[in-house]
Amino acid sequence: MFRPSHFAAVVLFALFASVVFGITQRDTPLRMVRYGLYCFVLFVGAAIALSWIMYFIAR
Amino acid sequence: MANSQDKKNGASSGFVYLPLIAGWLVPGAGHFLLRKWGRGALLAASIVGMFSIGIAMQGELYSGAKDILEMLGMAGDLGNGLLYLISRAAGLGADQVTITTGDYGTRFIVVAGLLNVIAAVDAHNLRTGRKA
Repeated sequence: MFRPSHFAAVVLFALFASVVFGITQRDTPLRMVRYGLYCFVLFVGAAIALSWIMYFIAR
Repeated sequence: MANSQDKKNGASSGFVYLPLIAGWLVPGAGHFLLRKWGRGALLAASIVGMFSIGIAMQGELYSGAKDILEMLGMAGDLGNGLLYLISRAAGLGADQVTITTGDYGTRFIVVAGLLNVIAAVDAHNLRTGRKA
């Protein structure tokens, strides 16, 4: 059984979703790569930001 | 110009919904039919990878629709096409989620199905010439 950490699960999710978003939402290869990277950074960045917010709320 | 683009996409003949249906049944197949080998391979790797990781995390494959949430989950699972049907037939996935990673795995499987639907619609858009 595969048991990744929470952060590893977020990174895997962001990677796969970003690849699909990049390919399907843009027309040219360069724009696909740029949009894919943009989505990946937003996914992971949002997860980290929300995690810190929840950390301070829980204290 | 549009005609040459259609020919380039392999879109000048055949059933117009074939890439959509093929892309739904087998991730990436719609793009392969249109000779978009690189895009198809990346889409297939991402969707099959996400589905497989969901199964490996002991995610649940929805088998019934007892309430609205299960109905939505099953709709997402059905987006995986043959991956879902074969996995159900093979008895893969957990019957009930008992661990945290299993809950994540269930979401991975549902999202893989939704991403596959997006990819299949993209193949259809390429086939009709709505997207280059």
